[in-house]
Amino acid sequence: MSEKRTPFVRLAKRTDIDPKKAWLIRVASIVVALILGCIPMLFTGTNPIEAYSVIVQGSLLRPVYFRQTVKIAIPLLGCALAIAPCFKMRFWNIGAEGQITMGAMCATYFALYWVDKVPSAVLLVIMFLASLVGGGLWALIPAFFKAKWNTNETLFTLMMNYIAIGIVAWLQGGPWEGRKGSQLIPMFDDAARLPNLFGVHIGWIFVLVLVVLMHIYMNKTKQGYEIAVIGDSQNTARYAGMNVGAIIMRTMFISGAISGFVGFMTVSGANYTLYSGVADNVGFTAITVAWLSQLNAFAMIFISMLLAVISKGANTLQTRLQVPASISDIITGILLFAMLSCEFFINYRLIFRKKGEEVEA
Amino acid sequence: MDSRHAIEMKGITKRFGQVVANDRIDLSVEWGEILALLGENGSGKTTLMNMLSGIYQPDEGEIFEDGEPISIRSPKDAFRHGIGMIHQHYKLIEVFTAAQNIILGLDEEKMDLKETNRRVAEICSRYGFEIDPTMKVYDMSVSQKQTVEIVKVLYRGARVLILDEPTAVLTPQETVKLFRILRAMKEDGKAIIIITHKLHEVMDVSDRVAVLRKGQYIGTLMTKDTSPQELTDMMVGRAVSLNIDRPKYDNPKPRLVVSGLSCTDEEGVSRLSDVSFTAMTGEILGIAGISGSGQKELLEAITGLYPVKSGSVKVVGDDGQEMELLGKSPMQVRKAGVGMAFVPEDRLGMGLVGSMGMTGNMLLRSWRNGRGALLKKKDPQALANDILKELEVVTPGIDYPVRRLSGGNVQKVLVGREIAIPHSVLMTAYAVRGLDINTSYTIYRLLTEEKMKGVAVIFIGEDLDVLLELCDRILVLCGGRVSGIVDGRKATKEEIGLMMTHVGQEVDANE
Repeated sequence: MSEKRTPFVRLAKRTDIDPKKAWLIRVASIVVALILGCIPMLFTGTNPIEAYSVIVQGSLLRPVYFRQTVKIAIPLLGCALAIAPCFKMRFWNIGAEGQITMGAMCATYFALYWVDKVPSAVLLVIMFLASLVGGGLWALIPAFFKAKWNTNETLFTLMMNYIAIGIVAWLQGGPWEGRKGSQLIPMFDDAARLPNLFGVHIGWIFVLVLVVLMHIYMNKTKQGYEIAVIGDSQNTARYAGMNVGAIIMRTMFISGAISGFVGFMTVSGANYTLYSGVADNVGFTAITVAWLSQLNAFAMIFISMLLAVISKGANTLQTRLQVPASISDIITGILLFAMLSCEFFINYRLIFRKKGEEVEA
Repeated sequence: MDSRHAIEMKGITKRFGQVVANDRIDLSVEWGEILALLGENGSGKTTLMNMLSGIYQPDEGEIFEDGEPISIRSPKDAFRHGIGMIHQHYKLIEVFTAAQNIILGLDEEKMDLKETNRRVAEICSRYGFEIDPTMKVYDMSVSQKQTVEIVKVLYRGARVLILDEPTAVLTPQETVKLFRILRAMKEDGKAIIIITHKLHEVMDVSDRVAVLRKGQYIGTLMTKDTSPQELTDMMVGRAVSLNIDRPKYDNPKPRLVVSGLSCTDEEGVSRLSDVSFTAMTGEILGIAGISGSGQKELLEAITGLYPVKSGSVKVVGDDGQEMELLGKSPMQVRKAGVGMAFVPEDRLGMGLVGSMGMTGNMLLRSWRNGRGALLKKKDPQALANDILKELEVVTPGIDYPVRRLSGGNVQKVLVGREIAIPHSVLMTAYAVRGLDINTSYTIYRLLTEEKMKGVAVIFIGEDLDVLLELCDRILVLCGGRVSGIVDGRKATKEEIGLMMTHVGQEVDANE
C-alpha cells in the first residue's frame, strides 16, 4: 500500500473565470447533451444523425414548421421572463402554471361575456389588462404570506397551481360550459382573437419587447437593484433601508402579471378557448429556461427556441421515423442535466496527477 | 540536544487554484517547546497547520516526526502520529457532556464512561484544567469549551498540539490561565504550536517564533532575542509604526443619548438590558466585552435593525434639538437629516452586496437618489473610483464582485462608503477583524480623523490593547448589561477584563 499517492484527479476552486469562457463551457455542454441524446435513439434503433436532421427539418426548415416552433417558444419565453425577477430575488416561484391559468381565465371572462359590448381592439385591451390583474393577484397571495409570516413560498406557489386549475375545470363543466354535456368552453369569437403577423399571433412581438424591457428592469432600474440586493442578502437590504416585504410583494405581482399575460396570449392567440390544461406545463418548463439562461433575458430567447425546436422536431420524428415523441422529453432532461453540471466545471477545475509524483514506493 | 526534531516540515507547498498559500516552507518544533507561528491574516498559518492535522495534503514537500518521514492523509492519520489540533471554531456537540464529546469518534471496544471520567480527571489534574466531565456543553462558557477541545486532543494521546488563535475569544484572565496550562504541557515534554497574530502573547508564552508572510517562510527567532517591533517588521515586510495617535477634541458635546435600552431575541432571551450611555462629539467610544455580550444587538438596535423592547435612542443636533430614533425606519431617520454611518460586523451579509462590484455597493446608500425609475450610477461610480484610489483597494476593477476581494479590501470598501455618506455618528463593529496590520492602522487613522471632525464614533473592538490605545472612553458590556464606562487613557487591561465578566461588584448572573 503506497500511502503517499496523490489522488488521480483533484479539484481546485476557480478563483475567477472569464465570462466568455463560462459561456463557451455552457455551449459545449449543450453539444455534449446532444451527443448523449444519441444513446436513447440507438436503443430505439434509430440513426441519431438522421433523427437530428429530421428534428431540425421538422422544426425550422419549412415556414409552416418554423411558425409552429415559434408558437411553442412564445409562452416559454414570456413565462421565463416572468420568473426571472423572482429567482433573482431568490423567491422560488414555481406557481407560474397557476398564474398563467388565472390570467387566461380572467381574459376568457371578457372574451365570452363582453364580446358584443365593445369593439375588438378595446376587447383585446380589456382582456390583456384583466389577465395582468388575474395573474398578478394570484401571485400576490403567496408573496403576502411570505412577507407577513415567512411561509415557504415553494410549497405555497406550487399548491396554488392546483387550485387555479381546479377552478377552471369547474368553470369548464359548469357556469361557462358551452353545449350542455360537452365539458368545453365555447370557442372565442373572432373579435377576441389576437391578430396574426407573418403567420404567428402578434404575441411574438410583445415577448421580444418584453425581453428588452425585462433586461432594463433587472439591470438599470431602482426596483431591479432592490431585487438584486434582496437576492444577495435580506439583511443587507434592511440595512440599506429597503422594505423587504413590500418589495417581495411588488415583484411577485409583476411576475404573476407577466405570467397572466402569457395565459392571455395562449387563449387568445393559440387555443381560442380555455380549458384546465391551458398552462400545459409551460410554468415548469419556463423554470428550466430561466435557469439555463442564468436569468439573462437575451439568452432566454435562444434557450426557449432550443427547447421548442426539440419539442416540435420530436413530433415530426414520431410521424416520420416512428420514434416516440417522448424522446424530446428525454433530450430536454439530458440537456438540463448537462447544463446544470457544467456550472460545476465553471466553478471548479480538475487537476490531473502529474507523471512525476505518482509513484512513491 | 538531539538533532531529530519532534516535527519537521520541509519544503511544504500548497496551492489553491492560482493562489500559492504556502510556498516551500520549512518549519520545526522540538519536544518540550512552545513555538509561536506568527503572521498576518492570509499569510498561510492555518493552511500550514491544517496539513499537519490531516485536513489538507501538501502539493509538495515532506513531513518528519522524530526524523522519520510520515504521511498524514486524514485527521485520523494525524492522531495516529500523536498530532492534535484545536481549531478556532470548536467542533463540539452541544447536547453532549464533556466526557461524551471527548470519546466521540473513538472506536474503543467498550464504552466505559466511568473509565473515561477517571482518565479525563487524571489529565485535568496533571495540567491544571478545571473541568467537570459530566457538564453539558451548552452550559459551558467559551473558555470551558476550549478546555474540552484541548482535553479531547490529549485524551487521544496527542504529543504535538496545535492551537489556532486560542486567545481570540478569551478574556485576559482566561488567557493567563490557558498560558499556565500550555507551560505545564511543555514541562511534560509536549511539542506545542500556537498560531497567533498578537505580539504580546508571542513574547509572553513562546520559546521560538516562526514568521510567515504571504505564504512565504520569513524566518525563525528565539523569543528572548527579539522584540515586538522586529517581529512586526518581519510580518509586514517593512518598518511599521505601532503607535496610534490619540488627539484630544476640544469641547465635546453629547450627540447620541441611549437610555434604558432593552432587547430580547426571537426566543425571548434577553440580549440587552437597561443599557444607557451618551456618545459625545469628537470622541471614540470603545465598547468592550466577551463576544456575544450584546455588542452586535446594541448597534443594530440603534440603527433600527433589531427590535427594541423598551428604552430610547436620541440624537442631539448641533442646535441642541433632540430627536428620538426608535420607531423610525432607517429611511425616515435619513430623511430627517440624521446621518448614521454604520459598519456592521457581518460585512458581506449586512453591509455589502457580495455579488456586486464596488459601484453596486456604493449604490446601497444612494440608490433612491434622483428622479425616475432608473438608477443613477454616475456619482456612485465616481465615489467607487475615489475610494479605490484613496484607500488603495486592490481589485481588478470597480465592477468586480466584492465577495471575491480579500477581507481587508472588502472592509476598505465598506468603511470608505460609510465615511463618505453625510453623518454625525459613525458606528463600527469589529472594524479590523481579519485585517492585516497595515489596513488596521489605516482604519484607526480614518476613525481618528472622523473623530476630529466632530463625529461621535462608536468602536466595538475585541483587542483590549487596541481599545486602550485608540478610545477616549470604553464602555464594558457583560451579558447585555453595562458593567461600567472607563477612561481610555487611565484604565488598565486587568480592570477591563474583570468588568467583562462581572457587572459592578456582583458575580455575573447569566440567565
